[in-house]
Amino acid sequence: MKNRSLVSIDDFTKEEIINILDMAEGFEKQPVRKLLEGKVVATLFFEPSTRTRLSFESAINRLGGKIVGFSDASSSSVSKGETLHDTIKMVSSYSDLIVMRHPIEGSARYASEVASVPVINAGDGANQHPTQTMLDLYSIRKTQGTLDNLNIFMVGDLKYGRTVHSLMMAMSRWNATFNFISPEELRMPDEFKLYLENLGLKYYEHTDFTDIISKADIIYMTRVQKERFSDPIEYEKVRNVYVLRNSMLANTKHNMRILHPLPRVNEISTDVDANPKAYYFEQALNGVFTRQAILCTLLGIN
Amino acid sequence: MKKEPKQLSVSAIQNGTVIDHIPAKNLFKVIQILGLDTIDHLITFGTNLESKKLGKKAIIKIADKFFADDDINRIALVAPDAKLNIIRDYEVVEKKVVEVPDTIIGIAKCMNPKCITNFEPVKTRFRVVSKKNVALKCHYCEKITNQENLQII
Repeated sequence: MKNRSLVSIDDFTKEEIINILDMAEGFEKQPVRKLLEGKVVATLFFEPSTRTRLSFESAINRLGGKIVGFSDASSSSVSKGETLHDTIKMVSSYSDLIVMRHPIEGSARYASEVASVPVINAGDGANQHPTQTMLDLYSIRKTQGTLDNLNIFMVGDLKYGRTVHSLMMAMSRWNATFNFISPEELRMPDEFKLYLENLGLKYYEHTDFTDIISKADIIYMTRVQKERFSDPIEYEKVRNVYVLRNSMLANTKHNMRILHPLPRVNEISTDVDANPKAYYFEQALNGVFTRQAILCTLLGIN
Repeated sequence: MKKEPKQLSVSAIQNGTVIDHIPAKNLFKVIQILGLDTIDHLITFGTNLESKKLGKKAIIKIADKFFADDDINRIALVAPDAKLNIIRDYEVVEKKVVEVPDTIIGIAKCMNPKCITNFEPVKTRFRVVSKKNVALKCHYCEKITNQENLQII
């Protein structure tokens, strides 16, 4: 996998994903290893994303690598009108690997074709965010002991949420069963349901957030964003319906864990935080280990 | 009763290619895709001709020009029912139909306004996910452009 880019989780085979998860486990046991000594990693954040950037920079620092880059397009030559093509060409010659966040969809695939060094997509608009998916997979495997045959519940904005789409596509390789809970307006798009049907995988759709969660191995919560609704009254109706409260967890399975890509607003009530089934903060920490594993893999370091 | 002699709306060519059953509204797109506006071969065409199948059809006759299959398949997006007759010495020596290719490069526009191909001079590239009701998946933004939203660049 040396010198390859990571643009979409589909770029990696099942085996390659497992290798990265195994390697991430090693970094969890021993996070500080100078494997990137002498390497320069460019972190190009054309739109601010503090959480993702800090996670990457923490991963690079623990590996002993050096960072160049910017955290906001306004402080770069982009504000002078430079094309993405030219920025990537230039940065390729200054660095050994590029981590890029960009608001335009498809920009990461394009950058990977222009760059002479590997590119890691840290989010391209509403399209892909594969390192988030990788850390979700890591969190699921760590808490369930396996990725096979799990019952995954996805709750909230299933229409626009890129993290749920990528995770669904990835988990479909391990024979998962899916339950989608969302308001009518934010249902899982047909193209993804068709994808599951073609694979012969089971999925169920619900509009009520009820006791059915007692069957879940994983509950993946997402934010229902106000800007997704054309009618503000509809948003007000929906915003308090898809909220997970501690009282709802009484009948859930022992192994069940709650994941959330964060930041949350009100969709997980704070009384859930103390429940041992809440896993979203550990999930965020796992992002550093999986990103360490991804960085090393793409640079051909074992 | 005396029958009217069959008249050709577009006069015959001695050698070359006839492209028939083009939807009339897409005639100029076919011309553009095949680059017929920039070659110096003798070309005649007729449009808004009666067609039982298409309603109004167009036909193009290009003298002394023969296309490779890969080139001609590029028009499948706008003229899926097009039929080709290869003419030698006024006779049809071969008939061909067009086939939607598996990948489309540089012909269609991605319908996603937030796609990189609509911001920078990137050549568009699609994987054809459905050939019947044409659906194209963008190589870059991964969004689907379907028949109703298809725009030829």
